[in-house]
Amino acid sequence: MSVQIASQVRRQIVIAAAGLALAIGAQAGEKKLVLTGASTVAPLAAEIGKRFEKLNPGTQVDVQTGGSARGVNDARVGLSDIGMVSRDLKPDEEQQLKAFTIAYDGVCMIVHKSNPIATLTKDQVIAIYTGRITNWKEIGGADRKITVVNKAEGRSTLELFLHHFGLTNSQIKAHVVVGDNEQDIKTVVGNVGAVAYVSIGTAEFDVDQGLPLKLLPMDGVAATTVNVKNRTFPLMRVLNLVTKGQPTGLSKQFIDYARTESVHDLVKDQYFVPLATAQ
Amino acid sequence: MISSKISTLYLSPPRSDLWLALALRLLAASGVALLAIIVWCLLGEAWTVFSGVGVGHFLTDATWHPTEGTFGLAPMAVASIASSIGALLIAGPVGVGCAVFCKYYCSPVWSSALRQLLALFGGIPSVVFGFWGLVVLVPLIAEDNPPGASLLAGSLVLAMMILPTVALTAHAALAAVPSHFLVAGHALGLRRGTIVLKVALVAARNGILAGIVLSLGRALGETMAMLMVSGNIVQVPTSAFDSVRSLAANIALEMAYATGTHRSALYACGIALILVVALSTLVAHRLTTGCQRG
Repeated sequence: MSVQIASQVRRQIVIAAAGLALAIGAQAGEKKLVLTGASTVAPLAAEIGKRFEKLNPGTQVDVQTGGSARGVNDARVGLSDIGMVSRDLKPDEEQQLKAFTIAYDGVCMIVHKSNPIATLTKDQVIAIYTGRITNWKEIGGADRKITVVNKAEGRSTLELFLHHFGLTNSQIKAHVVVGDNEQDIKTVVGNVGAVAYVSIGTAEFDVDQGLPLKLLPMDGVAATTVNVKNRTFPLMRVLNLVTKGQPTGLSKQFIDYARTESVHDLVKDQYFVPLATAQ
Repeated sequence: MISSKISTLYLSPPRSDLWLALALRLLAASGVALLAIIVWCLLGEAWTVFSGVGVGHFLTDATWHPTEGTFGLAPMAVASIASSIGALLIAGPVGVGCAVFCKYYCSPVWSSALRQLLALFGGIPSVVFGFWGLVVLVPLIAEDNPPGASLLAGSLVLAMMILPTVALTAHAALAAVPSHFLVAGHALGLRRGTIVLKVALVAARNGILAGIVLSLGRALGETMAMLMVSGNIVQVPTSAFDSVRSLAANIALEMAYATGTHRSALYACGIALILVVALSTLVAHRLTTGCQRG
């Protein structure tokens, strides 16, 4: 948690520094690249940008947030070189813009390994999170109180979860609110009656480490990074970079780099699922 | 009490001390200026939400959903105060007990060792306490009273964190009790227990209470440990097993991803935290000076 705050601060310093350097760089005739849009994509784009700047001395990558809508608009009217959009493009947007996926974000429900529940339907998740179901026995589990774990306001995982289940945050009757994925997982590991939602990448990693967790399938699709990659898992989204028409020059260079295997570690650091490795 | 009156006498510095006096004044002023700058910055950042939403929302809204336009801070202020008082109720008696044991009921070697241990205890970072609470204490409470992350867990972890301060200041206060008080007690034929309770603790109460007030400030501002063990639900707790969110934890929990009005509201939360700490310290100070007179 504190590490995450520290990295966030560092990131903001980097973004601020990039902005400052941009002003100076423009005078010195350096090449600059402006990215605007989704706050989900921005941290990843900033990390990739840092590495891109190191590999290409004399370039500046400036990352600004403002939501997917801004990402689309800015790219369309030329306020940015590349837009960041955390969803698929709509048909009318596709006529002007080109989208390039750099990663996937999948979210699944988790419970303790010893919980006999094998799956939760969409209605059951909604009922549990709005406080209509408060005991596991009501849906065929053990006679145990359900501990509902929710995320702090502002987190993109929360937004994705709320959007998918058609809820607002004030409707949710949570018992524990946490900051990041690891905290969800520690809460579920320490409480047999808890249910939470986390990034699939993190949960899969922790199960491999031997933690007593169970990733619940959704609509019959198993919660695995493979199913996020092939886009069959329902609770997921794509993280796109968009440009007006085919990208050229520095934009093309950046997008090509962001889609290579050499940034997979950065993608995983943000709990996202990287693109499939080229065969 | 006589000595404190002498120390309040103000003497204009002699010529030879002019430079020293000037330097000291500058240093003292910079301390005050720093605090003023921090408050000024907080106000500046919070101005967006104060002018756009109004201060009233922070006081009267029932819940905290900044992205949906409700900004109630009262439940979190209650949570901060309740958890700190809980911690004082636990750490106060235990800490003073530790100090009495060290001073009067064990050999100097053991006393020294125990105090070293307490000092070490005081140096453990709060995140370590928080982590221990999250993986040991919370599951333990959750077995009988889910979710486990609760006001009780928060108070217990806070109590452990302030215990060294309470115990060590109480010990120092007991050590400062003039030995002829105790000798006089012995001469009167009082039992050791009576001397400790009726003479030593009474004579040392100022120092002990000062230590407790100091701990209260630390407990109110503690962030990381509370964030990890108290569950972070914004509500006024009705039992010790209810999950709560403190003002400090709220800032740490949401600041990383907050933007716009939400971010500004978190600065307002910071101002509220300063006010709560200032008011609590003031009240505690009043209460303890009341005790001293009575």
